Amino acid sequence: MTEGRGSGSLDALDKPFCRTAMTATSEETLRRTPLYGLHIALGGKMVPFAGYELPVHYEPGILKEHLHTRAKAGLFDVSHMGQATLAGDDPAAALELLTPADVKGLKDGQQRYALLLNAHGGINDDFMVARLEGENALHLVVNGATKEGDFAYIAEMLRNSAKLTPQPERALLALQGPAAEAVLSRHAPEAAALAFMKIARMNVAGVCAIVSRSGYTGEDGYEISVAAHDAVHVAHAILDEPEVIPIGLGARDSLRLEAGLCLYGHDLDEGTDPVSANLVWSIGKRRRSEGGFLAAEKILGLVANGAKQKRIGILPDGRAPAREGTVIADKSGRHIGRITSGGFGPSANAPVAMGYLDREFSADGTEIDLLIRGKPCPARVAPMPFVPHRYKRS
Amino acid sequence: MSETRFTDQHEWVRVDGDTATVGITKFAAGQLGDVVFVELPEVGRKVGQGGEIAVVESVKAASEVYAPIGGEVSEANAALTEEPAKINSDPEGEGWFFKLHINDAAELGELMTADQYAEFVKNQ
Repeated sequence: MTEGRGSGSLDALDKPFCRTAMTATSEETLRRTPLYGLHIALGGKMVPFAGYELPVHYEPGILKEHLHTRAKAGLFDVSHMGQATLAGDDPAAALELLTPADVKGLKDGQQRYALLLNAHGGINDDFMVARLEGENALHLVVNGATKEGDFAYIAEMLRNSAKLTPQPERALLALQGPAAEAVLSRHAPEAAALAFMKIARMNVAGVCAIVSRSGYTGEDGYEISVAAHDAVHVAHAILDEPEVIPIGLGARDSLRLEAGLCLYGHDLDEGTDPVSANLVWSIGKRRRSEGGFLAAEKILGLVANGAKQKRIGILPDGRAPAREGTVIADKSGRHIGRITSGGFGPSANAPVAMGYLDREFSADGTEIDLLIRGKPCPARVAPMPFVPHRYKRS
Repeated sequence: MSETRFTDQHEWVRVDGDTATVGITKFAAGQLGDVVFVELPEVGRKVGQGGEIAVVESVKAASEVYAPIGGEVSEANAALTEEPAKINSDPEGEGWFFKLHINDAAELGELMTADQYAEFVKNQ
């Protein structure tokens, strides 16, 4: 057997089947989150990810961890992600140069999904931006793999209008699943009343935290930011609850894929524009008429006229998963796109994928072929999410 | 009496007369994680020793399986289409992949015995 051809940074290494072995190169020193010791104690299979040693799964394995999250609740260590504050006279106005999201319109205690743009109208990262009640500075959470670059970029571009302060001394945990509210309210009574995409400071297990009702799984749940030195305590408190098990990166990826959520570096990159990416919903209504963000003319032109390709969901007809890089063809064999994320969806109990293809093929139900190991395998364009979202909207 | 032999690619092969049964080892199945799909060869397919013959997929990744010895496929384990998880629950028994009419029994001599494989796995 060969190494598995897996997805992105969790790709296999030299040894057959042994895709969970460590591969730190001699130049690379992997960082550790505050929960590293806990992951080891819990039997986590550690892999390099975004420059950190993180668990790809624990003893149950990816399938069971995925299903448990949708059935009860799972706790994820996402401390590798980049947390920062943006301060100044008007940090929202400043940030609006770099994103088409409606940042100025963020209400007190509200969080929003946003795209970080480059000068060509491409996406440097996707991130969350939040305004805490009564506070002037904005809170940002960016992807782990891109955080150094993002922070340098934001700081440079906004050097005359705002001050970015990265917060490497903070940890981030995600508690996701239908039992998340019941679990977290035992340690943070205010958590139950927090609505979807709202954010607030509250005590969790007796320590100061910033809690948002959000996540990357499509389930109800929370993201909990605490000081790094409090992370182990909070993790233990939550893991002690009977409904909760720890979840690794493998299930995090299968959960977000079923939820139709993009993974930066795979479904989005610096060359992808927001229209091709099917993320026009993240462009604020006011921003569409006002512009005021990088490459606004180009992007708004694409909004008006459409882009050549579009990001869509794909369901293979058979049981074979179609992975990242798989070529998409029309029924005459002409190459029309490729898959950017794909695998097996444990809750869908079927292979699921997302990718880009020529816009004329993007309607739901369009029949396509996926070239898997040289053979055309029939599939169809399908709406996402593959598993319904269960966000707790007010 | 049939003896099981092992490859350094973590396949096992059990020969009975001129028929060999092939699968992946317990170690490989453990490394792979939950199997969700397996692509088996068609009956009649001819393969040389070391040739790519099957694909096994977990949630996260696809892995190729190579023929431990050469021959012609005589049977594929149809049960795996419905229940790929058999590869995890019984990789060296009910999780067998396919059977071959073998070309040359001497090819077995190049493979590891159970003891040699156990030693090999310790160093993986």
